[in-house]
Amino acid sequence: MNETSLSWRQTLFNGKVNTLITVSLLASLVWFAWNFLPWAVFNAVFTADLEACRAARGSGACWGLIEEKWKLIVFGRYPFEEIWRPIVASIMMLAACLVMSQRQWWTPLILFSAAGVIALSVALMIGGFAGLSSIPTERLGGLALTLLLAIVGNILSLPLAVALALGRTSNLPFIRVVCSGFIELVRGVPLITVLFMASFMFPLFLPSGMNPDVLLRVTGGLILFSAAYQAEVIRGGINSVPRGQIEAAQALGMSYWLIQTKIVLPQAFRVVVPPLVNSFIAIFKDTSLVTIVSMFELFGSLRLALADPQWRPFFIEGFIFVALIYWVFCSAMSRYSRGLERDFAVARR
Amino acid sequence: MPMIEFENVSKWFGSFQVLTDVSLSVAQGEKIVVCGPSGSGKSTLIRCVNALEPYQKGRITVNGVHLTEDLKTIHQVRAQVGMVFQSFNLFPHLTILDNLTLAPMHVRKVAKADAEERAMTQLHRVRIAEQAQKYPGQLSGGQQQRVAIARALCMEPQVLLFDEPTSALDPEMVKEVLDVMVSLAQQGTTMICVTHEMGFAREVADRVVFMDAGQIVEQNTPQEFFERPQHPRAVDFLSKILSH
Repeated sequence: MNETSLSWRQTLFNGKVNTLITVSLLASLVWFAWNFLPWAVFNAVFTADLEACRAARGSGACWGLIEEKWKLIVFGRYPFEEIWRPIVASIMMLAACLVMSQRQWWTPLILFSAAGVIALSVALMIGGFAGLSSIPTERLGGLALTLLLAIVGNILSLPLAVALALGRTSNLPFIRVVCSGFIELVRGVPLITVLFMASFMFPLFLPSGMNPDVLLRVTGGLILFSAAYQAEVIRGGINSVPRGQIEAAQALGMSYWLIQTKIVLPQAFRVVVPPLVNSFIAIFKDTSLVTIVSMFELFGSLRLALADPQWRPFFIEGFIFVALIYWVFCSAMSRYSRGLERDFAVARR
Repeated sequence: MPMIEFENVSKWFGSFQVLTDVSLSVAQGEKIVVCGPSGSGKSTLIRCVNALEPYQKGRITVNGVHLTEDLKTIHQVRAQVGMVFQSFNLFPHLTILDNLTLAPMHVRKVAKADAEERAMTQLHRVRIAEQAQKYPGQLSGGQQQRVAIARALCMEPQVLLFDEPTSALDPEMVKEVLDVMVSLAQQGTTMICVTHEMGFAREVADRVVFMDAGQIVEQNTPQEFFERPQHPRAVDFLSKILSH
């Protein structure tokens, strides 16, 4: 028998217990499909026909909800005439992310340009220059807002996270205490609290008249929160670099910063790819918490859509649709992470 | 003026005294082998020379520079002292060539082409030039240690410290590393080598320094030390080392 490919008998049906487990799981899958598929596919209504949907209620899904409400879910309350702006902005941001994800393009120039493109896409959505009408940030919403918050939040938090991680492992007591304190404070409270404080309490500390935009406050809160978690992940990676290498670098006369940037951080980052992408995925989904400050990102927009009393009964279909969208992005990040790990494993040996 | 001077140096790890009133003078071009039982403070001694370990009492002077906890003196000393470690400590994420050019380029601000040329010269010297584009993980222990020696040489140090360079190697690779060290010795480099390789000591050392429990107990020429050890602990140590 070919040793590299195991047959069904050797894996799924290997012994009594495994066979039992396999059979029960298969049975559950069949039972689930038997009950789910008729509702989801065979008896479902695929057009935005309210009458047909009502008639099919209970026996068939109403995917017409999606056809009716997808603009609201994907773009929020953005004025429809300017809808090209969040579309273009989202594409630009995703393209910039794709560029940043390619290892062969990790030069300072390209990374800064990608960051610039992201800044530009945010500006594009908000407008107020070059003939673009100014859109109040409360109107930003849907998937476009989720992407904006997740991308800006995750990317801008990285430099802060590196600084916090280096600060926490520093020999200078003041810096170490400040960084540790910040990390523990932020990690000790839920994101909702951070967003709440960033949104409502932050303006209280500023001189009157200075009222930063809600988008700015929320993004700031997200960045701080994300940075605290990423800092601990990166610190784990920093600690994993063998002390002997640092000593060798010191013996060669390298300075602290040279050692960190050339020896420690490159190796630390290679090691922490899985937990770091884990953090990215979590923050991506945590953006749904900004509904607390009345910003309607993907999930919030869904709830807005379901506020329509005629379509409210079909909330399950809405949730499934939104869950699918989250799943697409999160699994893409997951696949990317695995690819990155493979690349690094080859070089690391 | 001696190249390295220890004057009544004492060092503590917490409350444990690891060096007690050590005085040693190393002249330029001199080859010193430091030996002794484990825990005697030999590694700590040489690690004090390039400030990998701080010391609390006494005075260490390297090529005229009084070594203190001040970063300035530390950098001045490290610029002139190279070190080879027991566990090689190569940078695994860089190629061999990058390992060697990293410090000259960023510490000495040497141009990349010059640094690479210098690196290839040193790689030829340790007879490993063909591996320049490989990664440390792809080399054997003996090859990695030779690269480590080349890396230290790229910074053109006045003094080379060796901390048990062959202790982590398989026996068949020890010779290739020792051969490199012997050729370095013959070229006039000041060397302090902590090692158990007594054959190397006999061949190359100008002086053998025997340490026990944080003190220099005996120092002599290799001839005298191996054939007529004076101190009872030296006698004891040699009988254990040379009898298998």
